[in-house]
Amino acid sequence: MKTSNSLWSDRLSGRLPAQLAEEIDHFETEIELRRQGKIDDKIFAETRLRRGAYGQRYDNGKRYDGRQTRDIPYPSGKNTKGPGTVWDAPGMLRIKIPYGGLNPEQLETLAELAEEYSDGIVHVTTRQDVQLHYVHLDDTPTLMRRLGAVQITTREACGNSVRNVTGCPYAGVCTDQAFDVTPYADAMMRFLLGHPDVQNFGRKFKPTFSGCGQHACGLTAMHDVGYLAVTRESNGTIERGFKFYVGGGLGAVPHQAKVFDEFLPVEEMLPMVQAIAKVFGKHGEKKNRSRARLKFLIKAWGMEKFKKVVLEERKKLTYDPRWTQYLEGVQAFEEKPSRPPGAFPATNGDERYHRWVKANLRDQRQDGYVTATVVLPLGDLTAGQTRALADIVRKFTNGTIRATVEQNFVIRWVSKADVADLYAELDAADLSQPGAGTIVDIVACPGTDTCKLGISSSRGLAAQLRKQLLEKGARLDQSIEDLHVKISGCFNSCGQHHVSDIGFYGVNRIVQGYQVPHFQVVLGGQWENNGGSYGLPIVAIPSKRIPDALDRITEFYLRERNANERFPAFVGRIGKARVRQVLDDLTKDAPSHDVDAGFYSDWGDPREYSTGDIGKGECAGEVVSGYEFAMTSAERMVFDAQILLEEGNPQKAGESAYAAMLKSAKALVQIQYDDVADDAEEIVEEFKERFYDTKKFFDPYAGGKFANYLFAAHGKTDRNYDAEGARHLIEETQLFIEAVHACYNKMRTVGLANAAKD
Amino acid sequence: MDIQHVNAKFFFEGDFDLSNTHLVEVFHDWVREQVFDGVLIDVADYRHVPDGPALMIVGHEADYVIDCTDGRGGLRYNRKAALDADSAGRFRQALVAASCAARLLQESLGEGAVMFSRTELELSVNDRALAPNTPETFAQCKPDIESAVTAILGHGDFSLKHRDDPRRIFRVSVTTGKPFDPVTISR
Repeated sequence: MKTSNSLWSDRLSGRLPAQLAEEIDHFETEIELRRQGKIDDKIFAETRLRRGAYGQRYDNGKRYDGRQTRDIPYPSGKNTKGPGTVWDAPGMLRIKIPYGGLNPEQLETLAELAEEYSDGIVHVTTRQDVQLHYVHLDDTPTLMRRLGAVQITTREACGNSVRNVTGCPYAGVCTDQAFDVTPYADAMMRFLLGHPDVQNFGRKFKPTFSGCGQHACGLTAMHDVGYLAVTRESNGTIERGFKFYVGGGLGAVPHQAKVFDEFLPVEEMLPMVQAIAKVFGKHGEKKNRSRARLKFLIKAWGMEKFKKVVLEERKKLTYDPRWTQYLEGVQAFEEKPSRPPGAFPATNGDERYHRWVKANLRDQRQDGYVTATVVLPLGDLTAGQTRALADIVRKFTNGTIRATVEQNFVIRWVSKADVADLYAELDAADLSQPGAGTIVDIVACPGTDTCKLGISSSRGLAAQLRKQLLEKGARLDQSIEDLHVKISGCFNSCGQHHVSDIGFYGVNRIVQGYQVPHFQVVLGGQWENNGGSYGLPIVAIPSKRIPDALDRITEFYLRERNANERFPAFVGRIGKARVRQVLDDLTKDAPSHDVDAGFYSDWGDPREYSTGDIGKGECAGEVVSGYEFAMTSAERMVFDAQILLEEGNPQKAGESAYAAMLKSAKALVQIQYDDVADDAEEIVEEFKERFYDTKKFFDPYAGGKFANYLFAAHGKTDRNYDAEGARHLIEETQLFIEAVHACYNKMRTVGLANAAKD
Repeated sequence: MDIQHVNAKFFFEGDFDLSNTHLVEVFHDWVREQVFDGVLIDVADYRHVPDGPALMIVGHEADYVIDCTDGRGGLRYNRKAALDADSAGRFRQALVAASCAARLLQESLGEGAVMFSRTELELSVNDRALAPNTPETFAQCKPDIESAVTAILGHGDFSLKHRDDPRRIFRVSVTTGKPFDPVTISR
């Protein structure tokens, strides 16, 4: 869409890591190939998801306008960027921020991108990512380049891949941590990003790191793999390791992670996750998407079998020096302040400032310093605020700021002597909202605003609850202030409603013949202890009555609790049935539509409510086999070769064609031998043994002719290509690729026929 | 200089009630009725975030934004798709489109609900590659801006001020010597 897209590639040349630049170039080519219909819709969808380019609501080209569903007349017509997703429909770009760590330059870039390509808003998610909404697919390569220039990637932010590696935002400065998990989270992110063993998942995979067990920290209980820092003494030295959890996850039916190892040494962190990835890739469910997370595999097998299979896989792994190389660099992650430690300034009479100090500041383990939480309403801030925050972070720290899963930012290493000045500068940028981590700091997923799966307006409800709680302000009892409220737009729990004191998730009910938005009230969740327990739904209440429901629950708690009894204990003691009684009448006696039409629409959305806009989510991505991905790459590479030849670069054209031929040969080999190395000699040898000598690759009419193209190309003693040589190689590569397809299809058909016979 | 993605903003005069619930209904009505040239897609509400794009219609070719950036409320037209015109034509088109939206907003909200400044407007280019926020860009764009504003106002009694914060997008404030009515210039 932006006419300047072509300018950025040249402008940023040399500023991106070479491999990342190449990947983005490839993605750009794949966009063009999809536009021309030369890449399969499903494969392209998974390709763009694995680059963080996600769909949004209405991208099927239809929108309910309050009266009827209408077509949105996008100019792109029938062109699609995935099954049922219209080319021109705005999408979302998910930007991975490993363990939430950002610097001022990255903040400034995010501000620029939000202004130029999105709606002017930077959104922080419940997994420490940043999302930009209403982005056009054609602009995504430029966005990726501009992010890459400040060392940010969107790769594998979505799709059936390893998602953002999250981590406690206080890692390194927390008074309770066993040790700083930041370097380990960083190592995991770098090791797994694009790793061959994580390309064959049937579903997403979410790792996290915690420094302690008692706080919410990294929420290890609800992740596929969770690393909780622990130490032990061994022969007089302190060893670092992790209490290692596997198989957690929220979603529609949440599972608590189980302990895989009470002490996993840091040296084993990466090989063990690689082994688990291989097991998940091989044995995880791929057909039934709703049962494809790791938690279901572990449930089906039991932990004993899962552990046995993983440890066997671990033994077979080829040694990778990267498993432990990162340990040499652990010290380099140690942050330093930019200003000397100090003491708090004298108090002033500003009541709001004092509420901010009380809720938003937290002592660091390093004397004289605090962290300061910047509360973002619904996880949003403007481009201008983002720039202001960059300036503030530069002024008061060495650029140390982290995003949190509560959709806020934490500024680290603030000298206590500076807190008043920091507050003043945050206040000038409207970033001084008190109440971090309290009941006013409501977490909500995007919901029906932009998500295709949203059932009710999580953000609309969050905005309303926030408004009414802020109005109550200092009148709130401390025990109410301390509650966590989280809201999801549907049962998939992106708002993490299962681990809050009071959670809500969107549902729909029919009332007097109309669809009416509702929310299930979820009680019994625990945020502390790394997401220590999950709540359960007790009753569905109309969306417009949820504010009343929240008031009733909190008033009931204040009235009936024992002295100092915290909310989870209260719910456990009093029982959910009694709480439900308090809310029951809210489920009845709905006003008629004539009397109150607003009851039949959702918060912040005047349209008469409908579930007609719910679409097919892309959270589950598309299951695309490793073979399909590899062949798509090979076809893109031979296409690139043609372009290079047209541009008068026969040498690069020949190299690209040869690489394409090897890629497709490897794709075939991997069907039988997954661990073939990315080495030309080995690939050709394995191909010859498995497919040529056995005649599996032979064409009924041409015999082994197409295989001989590979042997000839590989056997060429010099890799110099003139125009004619490159052109021939391109043609041979194309024919070889076709032959690979034919062989694969034949093998599948025979496989199917054999299965039928059985 | 090949300018695209021009934004035009007309400022509100006096208080504008952002909490007016009718405002959101109006925007949804506009999307339903597809009231402007181009494709209108959805309404995005960011009124919980201060001094930003408070409420917007997201479109394919352009967004229409109740925008409070820098604490100054107004109606901004954000051109996203390329426009087949010369640079002066693109500045002109943005002003006309913003004016159409301003007129419709006044009509939709009713008498007195929204008034626009008659002496000030803002033009910007939402593309840092095409129009870096530098004095050089201003020098190159000035004739086109002057041409567009003259054509729209029907006179040349105005001054331009380049807003030169290098981190911001290229922006020019236009202050007129003679009052103008933003809602009528598109007629």
